[in-house]
Amino acid sequence: MSAYLIRNANILGEQVADILVRDGVIESIGSALAADDATVVEAKGLIALPGLVDIHTHLREPGREDAETVLTGSQAAARGGYTAVFAMANTEPVADTAGVVEQVWRLGKEAGYVDVQPVGAVTVGLAGERLAELGAMADSAAQVRVFSDDGKCVHDAVLMRRALEYVKAFGGVIAQHAQEPRLTEGAQMNEGELSGILGLTGWPAVAEEAIIARDVLLTAHVDSRLHVCHLSTKGSVDIVRQAKVRGVNVTAEVTPHHLLLTDELARSYNPIFKVNPPLRTAEDVEAVRAGLADGTIDVVGTDHAPHPMEDKECEWSSAAFGMLGLEEALGVVQLTMVDTGNLTWAGVADRMSFTPAKIGRLADQGRPLVAGEPANICLYDPDAARTVDPYASASKSRNNPYADRELPGAVVATFLRGVPTVLDGKLQEISA
Amino acid sequence: MRHLLSAGDLSRDEAIQILDTAEELLNVASRPIKKLPTLRGRTVVNLFYEDSTRTRISFEAAAKRLSADVINFSAKGSSVSKGESLKDTALTLQAMGADAVVIRHHLSGAPHRLASSGWMHGAIVNAGDGTHEHPTQALLDAFTMRRHLGDLTDRRITIVGDVLHSRVARSNALLLSTLGAEVTLVAPPTLLPVGVEKWPVHTTYDLDSALHKADAVMMLRVQAERMQNAYFPSAREYSRRYGLDARRMGMLPDHAIVMHPGPMNRGMEISAEVADSVRSVIVEQVTNGVAVRMAVLYLLLSGSNESDPIPESLV
Amino acid sequence: MSSTSASPRARVVLDDRDISRALTRITHEILERNRDSRGLVILGIPTRGVHLASRIAARMSEVEGRTIAHGALDITMYRDDLRMKPARALEHTSIPEDIDGKTVVLIDDVLFSGRTIRAALDALSDIGRPRAVQLAVLVDRGHRELPIRADFVGKNLPTSLSEKVRVRLSESDEADQVTIEGGEAA
Repeated sequence: MSAYLIRNANILGEQVADILVRDGVIESIGSALAADDATVVEAKGLIALPGLVDIHTHLREPGREDAETVLTGSQAAARGGYTAVFAMANTEPVADTAGVVEQVWRLGKEAGYVDVQPVGAVTVGLAGERLAELGAMADSAAQVRVFSDDGKCVHDAVLMRRALEYVKAFGGVIAQHAQEPRLTEGAQMNEGELSGILGLTGWPAVAEEAIIARDVLLTAHVDSRLHVCHLSTKGSVDIVRQAKVRGVNVTAEVTPHHLLLTDELARSYNPIFKVNPPLRTAEDVEAVRAGLADGTIDVVGTDHAPHPMEDKECEWSSAAFGMLGLEEALGVVQLTMVDTGNLTWAGVADRMSFTPAKIGRLADQGRPLVAGEPANICLYDPDAARTVDPYASASKSRNNPYADRELPGAVVATFLRGVPTVLDGKLQEISA
Repeated sequence: MRHLLSAGDLSRDEAIQILDTAEELLNVASRPIKKLPTLRGRTVVNLFYEDSTRTRISFEAAAKRLSADVINFSAKGSSVSKGESLKDTALTLQAMGADAVVIRHHLSGAPHRLASSGWMHGAIVNAGDGTHEHPTQALLDAFTMRRHLGDLTDRRITIVGDVLHSRVARSNALLLSTLGAEVTLVAPPTLLPVGVEKWPVHTTYDLDSALHKADAVMMLRVQAERMQNAYFPSAREYSRRYGLDARRMGMLPDHAIVMHPGPMNRGMEISAEVADSVRSVIVEQVTNGVAVRMAVLYLLLSGSNESDPIPESLV
Repeated sequence: MSSTSASPRARVVLDDRDISRALTRITHEILERNRDSRGLVILGIPTRGVHLASRIAARMSEVEGRTIAHGALDITMYRDDLRMKPARALEHTSIPEDIDGKTVVLIDDVLFSGRTIRAALDALSDIGRPRAVQLAVLVDRGHRELPIRADFVGKNLPTSLSEKVRVRLSESDEADQVTIEGGEAA
């Protein structure tokens, strides 16, 4: 295996040093390192972050390979600085058996761009009626620890309670898509002044908050572990904040789009901005930024949701929910959190690498950049700027809400266990 | 004015120009030859994804009286029902050289999509989209009110019923307030949209309180199936609290008119006695609809030169 | 169109007294040509044609000793340049009586290309079938593009195409005046 000498990287924005990578691990970190056999990567002015970990990705395979595959999604992830992604269970067939999760896990290995860690469904077929074989998925080769019906809410209180209890046996966590179904029947966008004006059925904040409130109480009651997916409202931040004060074992996630975009974009009726949970108000955006800054929200999860063009080139209400995010997440976080002084680069490493790996129980991801650790590294140029071009993406899909927007930063290199998946900003060939 | 998508897009001057133009065009209906050569050689497509015979006929009559070629493209019995996308339909209409597309759609915002997508270049007229807007209905309502009440500045208009699901109410609230009228929306709290307090209107839950000073009362159609979603307990209770009957009509000032965008649910939001009374201008609304739609088509289509060629990216 | 007074470069070709005399003469010519004024319908083409029609009708009424009605015929919807120009507001059309079998006298301020009169003839034929149509104009400036001529002319005014003929009437402007503006130095 080849060696890389990363020179003059600014590690977590705290210390400029050289990083010597050999045999998949960080061999040493220090000043003026030398290694004759190593390929030199000049990293002056670049921030070195631990390889990013996305707790919330839709890779669409199996079933919707027209939208994304494990390979293309992995490549998009690598281009975004990621070295691991959690692949959501709402595939076709649903990842609700050991067989399906192992298939996804194996496809990830074959692709080789990031560690693809499957998420298992909580209920059979995401139907919310009976528990999937959570233990079998946990025991499978994929070693599933995160379970989610994402896209749908485990709204039945008894089922949610049992799931929370059951996964305690193998250190699992339930990642809840918090959406009270009756309050959101036919919902199209955030319920507020704008939904009334646009005549689009509203998705009220309370439909998210009511489920989160219930779930933190259930979690406390059964002493389990809850992860709240893509939290989007000010009220949700408040509920999670209080729950943490009370010692409930709850973690929460926010998406890049909820950190930046607001419901005003729905005015265009362009479904590229249609997502679930919906884009909220500017006040909510402020609240989730504050929540991410103070640690109430633990992680940024992309909810990268590829859709083929025809599912977006239509009327708003017929369009699919979801938007891409893997390749823009770090730029959005820089724009909304770092450049605004809400978060340091060390904070970014925590929210986008250390903590998501911890929540998902990934042993050799989200590790500190010190000698002896796996060489999962992202080199990022915070001074670069780009105009987002949806066609310049590794993803198969183009439903990019940031199209034509200026975003700061650029991922220059990504190393997965010492192998560059991206170098000089370009995706590398991986020989599996 | 390039498209007519929302009544809220109209400035006061534009709205008045449409109403004044319609006033002149109303006379065409009483001439021996009810036709003007104005839009000769232009093509108007009625693209209807939702059944609405009265609106389609009104637009068809308007376009034909202006000598436009009219193509009716109905979702039923066309490729639309076989699942053709809005985009492909739009590309087809562009290729057919549609100068204007009058679109009726069950989904809010579909006219906006046609107008802003770049799929086609003709003028788009919103003939009712989902629970969003129905601007030509609002224009013809304002036109009818103006004929009875004169200038609408400071006139009090009470709109009653299912505001939440009513595109007519939305468009009327916006247009009437642009024209300086004082609009009061009356509905049970369940049928008022979230955020209505930011609209340029007053709201009340009590119909009786909104009648004695009203210059016009507009009753909205209420679908009985709304009660299945618990918007109100029963048709009878709705009718008692929010229906316009003879007793309530008696509370109106003598000059006040009663309106309904149709089709009516007699016995639900309006009693037969009220619908057929001399105060009711419901039939007149239909006549005026043609003149208003002629005005809209004339103002949108004259002045616009040959439609632009399709951009290469779409070919 | 403009209601401001003539610009320095404008040349006055008819003043208020000239206009008054011309209208009086046209009135008499119309009455002479059409022996029975009962068969006449006077229609002005908005805007200034309507003012002129009203003046001519007043003079006729005086001569005939009874009220001669007049009306207005808006031709906007019949124009052949609608595609080229931004939409214009419609003017009011009022037809005082049934025109079938009558002699309609169209009144306009300036006769130029003839396109306005072409449109007016089309508009007229959609309203009824007059026995005859005659045309009276205050100014004929030439440059016809259609085979149309006036029956009654206040003043023939040879102009170049680069010149503008402006008619001002006290009903809509501050005075009665016809001027020629622009073109090559006089």
